[in-house]
Amino acid sequence: MPELDPKSGPSPMVRLEGVTKSFGDNVVLNNLDLDVAAGENVVIVGPSGSGKTTILRVIMTLDQPERGRVWVGGDYLYHERRGNDLVKASQNHMRKVRGQVSMVFQHFNLFPHLTALDNVAIGPQRVLGLPKAEARRRAMELLERVALDLQANQSPDQLSGGQKQRVAIARALAMNPKVMLFDEVTSALDPELVGEVLNVLRELATSSDMTMLIVTHEMGFAREIADRVLMFDEGRIVEEGKPDDIFRRPTQERTRSFLQAILHH
Amino acid sequence: MTSELRAQGVPQGVWDWDFALEILPQLLRGLVVTVQATLMGIVVAMVLGLVLALARRSRRRLISWPVGAAVEFVRSTPLLAQLFFLFFVLPEFGIVLSPFLIGVLGLGIHYGCYTSESYRAGIESVPRGQWEAAVALNMAPATKWRRIVLPQAIPTVIPALGNYLVAMFKEAPLLSTVTVLELLAASRNIQSVSFRGMEPFTLAGLLFLAVSLPASVLVRYLERRYGYARA
Amino acid sequence: MFGSQVFGRLLEGAATTVQVTALAVLLGTVLALIGGVVGLSPSPWARALVRIYVETFRGVSAIILLFWVFYALPIMLNLFLSPLHAGVLALGTNMGAYGTELVRGGIKAVPRGQSEAATALNMTGWQRLRHIVLPQAVVTMLPPYGNLVIEVLKSSSLVSLIALNDLMRRAQSLRINGAASTPEIFLGVFILYGAMAGVLTLLVRAAERRFGRGMDIGRLARIVK
Repeated sequence: MPELDPKSGPSPMVRLEGVTKSFGDNVVLNNLDLDVAAGENVVIVGPSGSGKTTILRVIMTLDQPERGRVWVGGDYLYHERRGNDLVKASQNHMRKVRGQVSMVFQHFNLFPHLTALDNVAIGPQRVLGLPKAEARRRAMELLERVALDLQANQSPDQLSGGQKQRVAIARALAMNPKVMLFDEVTSALDPELVGEVLNVLRELATSSDMTMLIVTHEMGFAREIADRVLMFDEGRIVEEGKPDDIFRRPTQERTRSFLQAILHH
Repeated sequence: MTSELRAQGVPQGVWDWDFALEILPQLLRGLVVTVQATLMGIVVAMVLGLVLALARRSRRRLISWPVGAAVEFVRSTPLLAQLFFLFFVLPEFGIVLSPFLIGVLGLGIHYGCYTSESYRAGIESVPRGQWEAAVALNMAPATKWRRIVLPQAIPTVIPALGNYLVAMFKEAPLLSTVTVLELLAASRNIQSVSFRGMEPFTLAGLLFLAVSLPASVLVRYLERRYGYARA
Repeated sequence: MFGSQVFGRLLEGAATTVQVTALAVLLGTVLALIGGVVGLSPSPWARALVRIYVETFRGVSAIILLFWVFYALPIMLNLFLSPLHAGVLALGTNMGAYGTELVRGGIKAVPRGQSEAATALNMTGWQRLRHIVLPQAVVTMLPPYGNLVIEVLKSSSLVSLIALNDLMRRAQSLRINGAASTPEIFLGVFILYGAMAGVLTLLVRAAERRFGRGMDIGRLARIVK
């Protein structure tokens, strides 16, 4: 693929070029190419252990690829330009590019020693450099948006799973990201709490122009909000397309058997 | 001038190799005493620790309570104070012991209180079911302890005992304060006679490391092999 | 029982004991924090350096280190060291060696998800450590840290051997001067050390409560040994 240039015309918000990532002998991402347009909502489905989560983690710099390049919102993430060459990026450069991305985790990862409000405020305050009062104001607005303003001064261990995840979403939103990554954010929740989190995601998907990458098992939800669905297995994209095409007329056998298993259990 | 002094056998400079070699035998003899005191001390600590652990588990409050308080007390106060206490107070009650024995007693009692905690943890780690099985089989208490409980409790205590052995070795030089002629006493003697502190204390430190580092490695191996009794 | 004069002298000694202990704990804590964090660095040289520090200063006992610092180090560095300097330096570096392992363990016990969430917020390594990891690590580190501080309190009695007028040395001079009977003097000594240890234990428990707010101590205590 030709190299992207920050100064040229409209380019994808996220691009993975030939990305390969292994853990020991296990090749989790196999020469992966992926483009996500700005504002697009992409849902990634597939069997467990297929590497779906790793795609998100690579974009969030939690795992580094052995080969390939990652482009986020205007520049390469792991490389920087020096003259005409691309060299390994410095920490500063990586942080600059990474700052456009936020992530919500399957197990929430809220900071237990901070209140819900402080969880959401700490990013804007410490990383974005906002004054404390303003950071807390922004945090409160976001908590209102996810209907948790009454719980602002509670600590995470006093919240239900659904509430924790909504705080986590607010925390990620507080950084004003251009790209948001959602890693199976309802998989660790009791069934009756899933709905409240999906409501928030639905609102985000339909109302904002943020680019969203969502890994999930919630097929109904995926069908509802996705612009594009990716079926991922064994390190590769097996099939991709509009939700209706994938769910109703899958062309690949693997897609078909996966959907069978997951929709009929 | 220095060369004249050196010719007369007077050590020079910051570090004098000849002097160092000269004092080494004396230091080694002291090290032997330190090791001896440690080994005898751990024996006392091991036995006393078990006795104290059993006493603290006693259902008679009259036994378990004072013993518990005494153990906590010994653990919270310095070994140095306890050694001096034994050294100066015991004779007033008519008990006269050699400094070496006083030192061993002091070490043994002090660390016996630590090992009793490890024994307690080891005993408590024996699953409830084992105790109940012993009762169901109508075992006499002595047999229950000898055949069922202790054989399961002791292995978990071994790494902790190893740790305390190393810790005891590190505190054994305190015995020099009650006139036991071990390694530190030898170094201090050399220093006060020759007015040179560099060689005696550095060599003492190196000799110490030469024993304590391999011992620590051994203990870590024991920890991996036998697990860890959480005290 | 014993005159207030005798007890008064012992109290003066105890004040010096507290001073030495406090300064040594300060030095030891700083060294432990540095050592613990550097010991987790990706650089093998940094890790090796910390390893050498830990093994050496743990392997030589506090008392030998004390004598070496007081008698040998001044010669080596051509520097004057008062008994107080030597005591604080020796006890502090000794504590720092044990404390380093504690800090390392405490930091490693903080779940990985926490630093990943901090990375997701685009925090730098230092910010992660300062705002997210260390505050949580402190809770698990406090109980063994408290034990370490009490060990320093007990080891402080060693400075009596290099002529510093702490509680132990006061007791010795009182005994030599015949101001009171030996058992009386030692009773006072043990009571004072016991009391100081008791106060320290209470302080550590209070710190545990304050830092442990909102955190499931039971769960954490089960994770770390």
